[in-house]
Amino acid sequence: MKVDLFEVLGIRRAEGVHPPGHKTTSEAMIERAPLPERVVLPMSQHIGAPATPVVAPGDHVVVGQRVAEAVGACSASIHATISGEVKPLTTIVSPTTGTPTGAIVIEGDGEDTWGTFEAADPDSLSSEEILARIADAGIVGLGGAAFPTHVKLNRPPESPAIHTVLVNGAECEPHITSDDRLMREKPDRILAGLRVVMQLLSVHRAYVGIEDNKPRAIEAMRQTIQKADLPGDVSVIALGTKYPMGAEKTMIKAVLGREVPEGGFPTDIGVAVQNVATLAAVADAVLDGRPLVERVVTIAGSVATPRNLISRFGSPASLLIDACGGMSPDANSIVFGGPMMGIAQASADVPLLKSTNCVLIQREVAGIERDCIRCGRCIQRCPMGLMPLMYVSHVKKDMIAELAGYHVLSCVECGACAYDCPASIPIVSYIKLGKAKLRQLGRRTP
Amino acid sequence: MTEQSRLTLSPAPHVRGKTSISRDMYLVVLALLLPAAGAVYFFGLYVLLMLGVGVISCVLTEVAAKALRRKSFHMDGSAVITGLLLVLVLPPRSPLWVVVIGSVFAIGIAKEAFGGLGCNIFNPALAGRAFVSISFAGVLGRWILPTTSWLADAVTSATPLSEGFVTTMTKPELYRALFLGHVGGSAGETSALLILIGGAMLLAFGIIKWHIPVFYIATVFVLSWIMGQDPLFHILAGGLMLGAFFMATDYVTGPLTTRGRILFAVGAGVLVVLIRLIGSMPEGVAYSILVMNAFTPLIDRYTRPRPLGMPRKSARTRAGGE
Repeated sequence: MKVDLFEVLGIRRAEGVHPPGHKTTSEAMIERAPLPERVVLPMSQHIGAPATPVVAPGDHVVVGQRVAEAVGACSASIHATISGEVKPLTTIVSPTTGTPTGAIVIEGDGEDTWGTFEAADPDSLSSEEILARIADAGIVGLGGAAFPTHVKLNRPPESPAIHTVLVNGAECEPHITSDDRLMREKPDRILAGLRVVMQLLSVHRAYVGIEDNKPRAIEAMRQTIQKADLPGDVSVIALGTKYPMGAEKTMIKAVLGREVPEGGFPTDIGVAVQNVATLAAVADAVLDGRPLVERVVTIAGSVATPRNLISRFGSPASLLIDACGGMSPDANSIVFGGPMMGIAQASADVPLLKSTNCVLIQREVAGIERDCIRCGRCIQRCPMGLMPLMYVSHVKKDMIAELAGYHVLSCVECGACAYDCPASIPIVSYIKLGKAKLRQLGRRTP
Repeated sequence: MTEQSRLTLSPAPHVRGKTSISRDMYLVVLALLLPAAGAVYFFGLYVLLMLGVGVISCVLTEVAAKALRRKSFHMDGSAVITGLLLVLVLPPRSPLWVVVIGSVFAIGIAKEAFGGLGCNIFNPALAGRAFVSISFAGVLGRWILPTTSWLADAVTSATPLSEGFVTTMTKPELYRALFLGHVGGSAGETSALLILIGGAMLLAFGIIKWHIPVFYIATVFVLSWIMGQDPLFHILAGGLMLGAFFMATDYVTGPLTTRGRILFAVGAGVLVVLIRLIGSMPEGVAYSILVMNAFTPLIDRYTRPRPLGMPRKSARTRAGGE
C-alpha cells in the first residue's frame, strides 16, 4: 500500500478512507452458481425508465430471450436467465431503491435451453450496429451504478469528442473480488470489449486503473495488453488502495489529474469510463450476440466458504448463500454490494440484479447516533471536497434550500464521511433524505 | 423463526472505523494526565485535590444540566477533560470553592446552556477560567513557586510573565526552568516538556493535527521577536503550550477545515502577543482562544473546501447556506 506523506502530515486532505480490505475471495476461482429453479426479474434494474414486458404469462422462454424491452431514451432490455414458463407479472420491492417495481417470474424447466445468437466481426459493423447489439443485450454498467451502456456510449455528433477511455478495475470496496478475478481469468475478454469501445468512439488512448492491492490483476492485464491487438495506446495504472478510488470522478482525478465540472459527466471532459465487467459483457454482446443474463458475484463475509460465482440474474440471494455453505448463525445482515455503499436486504429471497457485484453476509452492530462534535473528519475524508456535517445539521433543521449552496448534489454517497464519524451519525442517510427533499422543493418552485 | 425477522436493515456504510467520541475524549484525558501529574509534582498534593474536585464538579454539573434539559446523560469523557483543563489553568493554590464555581460555569453555562457537546461556542474550561478570574481576582492573585517538598508551605512569587518578576537566573537557566516547569504559574502550564509529550500523544493518536499548535506557537515566536522581545521566553512562559495543544485544538469551538484552523491559530498567536505586550494583563492565552472561538463561525464561512470540479476562484465567492 502506498502511503501518501502529504496526507499523513496533514498537508493534503485525506480524501477517502482505508477500511480493512477483507479480500478473502481473491484466490477463489470463478465458478458457476447452481441453476435457480425460479427467477424474479425486476423491470427496473438500471437507471432510467423501467423496461416493458414483451412476454405473456404462460409463454415458454429460453435463456437469452428478451422478456422486456427498453422504453424511451434511457432504459435497458431484460432477458430470460433460465428456460421455462412465464408466470403472472408480480410487483416486488426493488432491492436497490426500496420502491415497488414490476417483475417477471420465470418457473424453470430445468433444461437450461439457450436461444441461438448471431456472432459478428466488429470490424465489419457500423457504429449504429455495434450500439444496437449492446442495446439488444441489455447491458448496463456492472460496477454498481447500472447506467444503460448503449446510452453512455451513444455520442451524437454535436457532443464533445471523447479522447480517452478509462477502464475501471479499481474495485475499491472491501470484500468484493469479482472484478479482480475477471481481470485475472478473462483479461482477453475485457480487452476485446475495450477494443470495441475504442473503435466505436474513435479513441486511441485508454488507461486501465487498478488499485495496487491487486498485483496479480495488474500483471494479467499488462501481459494481455502486450499481446492484444488494440487500436491505440493502452496502459495499466496502479492506483493507491484507497476508498473510493473506483468512484468515476475520483478515478479520473487520480489517473488523468483532471476534474469533471460540478454537475457534469466525464464525457464533458472527453473521458468515457467503463467498468471491466461491463467491457467483458460488451465483448459477449458484440462478438457473440450474447445478451447479459449472468455475472460474477462475490459472496463474502460470514459464510462457510466465500466464493466468486457466475450467477444468473433473478436468482434468490439464498441460492448463492447456500452454495457457499450458508450464513453463519450470528450473522444478521445481507447486503447487496460492498460494505461501504451496499444496500441491506430485508430477506434472503431477494433477486440478484445486474448491478449486484457482491452478496455480503455480516454481523452488523448499529452504533448509537450522537451529536456532531465538529471534528471535521468528514470534510477531510470527502473525496468530492464537500462539508458532509452541514448536510446533517441542515436536514435536521429542515433547511432544505440551503443544501444546494453546500453542493449536496455533488455528493456521490460513498460513505467515507460516515465511516470515520466518531458520533456514529448515518451521514449518508441524511444526505439521501436531503437530496430527495431538495428535488421535491425544486419541482414545487419552478 | 423466519429469515426476515432476524435481518437488520441499517443504512450504508455497513462497516465503520474504530473511532468514537468517548474513545477520542478518553485519549485526550490520557494525554492530559502528564501535565496533571506534573502539576501535582510541582505544586503539591493540594493540586490533586483540586483536580478531583474539578472533575467531579464538572461531571455532576453535566448530569444535573442534562436532567434539567430532559436529555440523557452519556459519560463521553468530555466533562472530565473540562474539569482537568480548568484546574490546570488555575493558580495552584486556588480555593476549592473557586474550582467548583468555575466548573459549574464551564459546564452549566458555557457548554450545556448552549446545547451541550458540539453546540458550545466557547471552550468551556477557558470560559470557566475567565469567569472566576474576573469574579474572584483577589483570591486568584496568589501565585506560588514549585514546592521542594510535597507538603511544605508554598512560597508566594511573581510568575515569569508578570511585571514584578525578577530572577537571578541566567538566560539558559531560565529557559531550562521554563521548559521543565520549575517556575511559578498556573497548575498545569509550567512544564513545556510534559505538555509537549502529551501533545505528541494527541498527534500520534490522530486526535489533533499539527497545524494549530505549530502555527499558534510560531506566530507568537515570530511576532514577539519582531516586537523586540525574547521569542523563546515567550513561547515557553505562561499557558501557550497547554493552550496550543489542548485548548485551541478543541474540535467544537474551532474551525472545521485545515485552512480555517491555520487562520484561527495565527489570529490567536497575534492576540497573545498583543495582550502580553500592550494589554493590561500579563497573560493572554486564555482570552486569545476565547476571542478566536467567537470568530470560528466567520472563519468557517470563508474557508469552505473547494468541491471537486468547481473552478478555484468561484468556489469561495459563492456563498452557500444563505
